[in-house]
Amino acid sequence: MERKEVLRVNDLQTHFKTDDAIIPAVDHVDFHVKEGEVLGIVGESGCGKSVTSLSLMGLIPKPPGEIVGGEVLLHGEDIVHLKEKEMRKIRGKQIAMIFQEPMTSLNPLFTIGDQMTEAVFIHEKISKREAKKKVVDMLTLVGLPRAENLLKDYPHQLSGGMRQRVMIAMALILEPEVLIADEPTTALDVTTQAKILKLIKDLNERLKTAVLFITHDLGVVAEMCERVIVMYAGQVIEEAPVKELFEEPKHPYTKGLIQSVPDIRSKEERLYSIQGTVPMPGTITKGCRFADRCAFRFDRCTQEDPELYEVSGKQKVRCFLHTEEGSHVNDEATVKS
Amino acid sequence: MTKPLLKVDGLTKHFPIAKATRNKEAVVVRAVEDVSFEVYEGETLGIVGESGCGKSTTGRLIMRLLDPTAGKVSFEDKELTELSASDMRKVRKNLQMVFQDPYASLNPRHTVKKILTEPLIVHGITNKKEQQERVERFLNLVGLRPEHAKRYPHQFSGGQRQRIGIARALMTNPKLIIADEPVSALDVSVQAQVLNLMKDLQEEFQLTYIFIAHDLGVVRHVSDRIIVMYLGTIVEIAESELLYAKPLHPYTEALLSAVPVPDPTYEKDEIFLEGEMPSPADPPQGCIFSSRCPYKMDICTRVKPVLQEEEDGHSVACHLYNASDDNDIEQKERGEIVYEG
Repeated sequence: MERKEVLRVNDLQTHFKTDDAIIPAVDHVDFHVKEGEVLGIVGESGCGKSVTSLSLMGLIPKPPGEIVGGEVLLHGEDIVHLKEKEMRKIRGKQIAMIFQEPMTSLNPLFTIGDQMTEAVFIHEKISKREAKKKVVDMLTLVGLPRAENLLKDYPHQLSGGMRQRVMIAMALILEPEVLIADEPTTALDVTTQAKILKLIKDLNERLKTAVLFITHDLGVVAEMCERVIVMYAGQVIEEAPVKELFEEPKHPYTKGLIQSVPDIRSKEERLYSIQGTVPMPGTITKGCRFADRCAFRFDRCTQEDPELYEVSGKQKVRCFLHTEEGSHVNDEATVKS
Repeated sequence: MTKPLLKVDGLTKHFPIAKATRNKEAVVVRAVEDVSFEVYEGETLGIVGESGCGKSTTGRLIMRLLDPTAGKVSFEDKELTELSASDMRKVRKNLQMVFQDPYASLNPRHTVKKILTEPLIVHGITNKKEQQERVERFLNLVGLRPEHAKRYPHQFSGGQRQRIGIARALMTNPKLIIADEPVSALDVSVQAQVLNLMKDLQEEFQLTYIFIAHDLGVVRHVSDRIIVMYLGTIVEIAESELLYAKPLHPYTEALLSAVPVPDPTYEKDEIFLEGEMPSPADPPQGCIFSSRCPYKMDICTRVKPVLQEEEDGHSVACHLYNASDDNDIEQKERGEIVYEG
C-alpha cells in the first residue's frame, strides 16, 4: 500500500547574515517523508543538517538567520510563512523534536511532571487528572519504571539515558505526525544508545510517526533508516534507500564517508580517509562543493553547479560523473581504484 | 614487544564526596579500583569503557596529573608515585599526553609556535635555532606547514588543532604517549586522517601508545591489546583480535553487540543490558557487573571475581570462568550452560 506523504520540503534556503557575508547554510534543499517512514539525514559538522531541522520547526533565530526561499509543506500546506502564534499550534502537536543534549533541553527548575503537563495543557483542553494520566502512560510507554514517582523528580536526578527517554516521551505525548530527532543518541554511551534507538524504532512502528533522523553516525543510519539523504556544505548530494546507499554509493563523498568508518567487524591497517576538510560555509560559491577534495574531479566540476541527477529509479546524486560527459571519467576512475 | 615499559600495580583512586561524621562513614567515589596492567614497548594498548568507567582517570593517574589513593606506577624502572614534582617533570619528557578536546587543550592566546616551544623550554632546550628547526620539522610531520606556526588556535579546524596537540606531545621525543579520546571530537572523514597519522608517527618514532576511547570500532583499528573497564575495574584484557572474535566477559559481549554496524543487511544478536550503570560511590557487592549481568549466579553478589588468565594473553574477571572456589563449581557449571545456550 502506498503510504501518505506527510511532509515535503521544496527548494528550502536558509541564510545567515554576518557583518560581511551571507552564508547559505541550507542551499536549495528538497526532500519528503511519508507516514511511518524513517528518513535519515546524514552529514558531518557544518553540512546544514541541524539548520534544516530548525527551519522545519520555525526555530531559526532571526536575525541573523532567515528562510529566504522555498517551502515546507505539511499535508500540502506551506508552514514557512505562518505567524508565530499559528506555528505554536503546529509545533509539538504536529511536528515535534528531540535534541542532542537532554540536559540542556529540559528546564532544570521544573519537575518532569510540570514540564510534561505544560505541553499537554497548551494544546488540549483536559482536566489536570486526565493530563497526569496521559503523562504517566507516556512515560511508561518509553520504558521508564515507576513513572508515577518520576513526576516529582527534577532533570538532574535522572541519568542521561532516562533524560533522553523523558525528552522522547515529551515529544510524542501529543502524537505528532512528524518527529525530528537531531542526533538523539550522540551524547549517550553505546549500551544506552542501543536501547534508545530500539525505543524510537518501536514507537515509529507502533504510532506510525514519520521520523526525520539526523545523525553523523553511519552505523546508526544503517540500523534505523529506510531512506537516506546525504548533505554536504548545505546541499543534498545524494538520496537513496538505505540498502542502495551502502551497497552502491554514487557520490564520491558518500563513498569516502562509508569507507572511513572504522567497522567493528574487521581490522584494517590503514583507514580510508578523505583528504582535506569540510569547507567553511559560504566559501565555495561556484562549482561542486566537494570538488577540491574529490579524487575524480574534472574541469566541469569547478565551473558549473551540478544538479541532483536521477540515477536508477530511487537514487539521486549531485555529481557530474553521473552525466553523459562524466561517464567515461567514471569508468577510468573505477579502473584506477 | 619485549619488556614492559610501564607497569601499573594496584592503582586506586577514591574521590571523597562527603566527610565522615560521628554516625556516618565517609563517602567516596571509587573512580579507579585496584587496576593492574603492563604496557610493552612499541605496542598500542587500548582502554575502552563507557563514561564513568575510570579510563580517563587511569590515564591521568599515570601522568601524575592526579595523585593515586593507592598503588604503584613504574615507568622504565622508576617508581613514579614516589617522585617529587620536579623529578616527575623530568619524566614527562618521555611521557606525554594528547587530550580529547582540541578546542580546550590549546591556549587560545598563544601562537602555535609558542605552544610547541613550551615543552622544549620546560625540558631545557633553549637554543632558538634548534627550537625553530624542531617546530618546523614537527609541523611538517603532522601534515601542517611551517607558516602555520605564526597562527593562533582559533584559525584552525578541529582536525588541524588535534594535529597541533599531537605535535606538541611529540616535541620532546617521548617514548610513551597517552592519548585520551584523541579523535572523538572529530568528524569521521577527519578522524580517519588523524588515526592514520598517529599510526605513521608510531612507526617512525617507535612510540608506545595508551589509547583511551569509548568507540570500539576506532579502538579495534589502532590497538594491539585492549583493556575493558567497567565501574573503575578491569573486567577483561585481551589481544585485540581475540577480544573482538571471542569476548569472554558478559559486559564486553554486551558492549560489542551494542555498536551500530554500517551495513543495513547485517543482522546481529543484540544484548540489551538491564538498568543503568550503578553509582561508583555505591558499587554492587561482589562482582561490580552483577546488578546488570544476564548470567548472574549466586556467587556473583557475594564474591568479587579476580582477573585471571583464561587462555594465552586473555584474562577475564568473571565467575563464569575462574573456577577457584570448590563449593561454587556446580553453580558455575550451570552458569556455563546458560551462557552457551
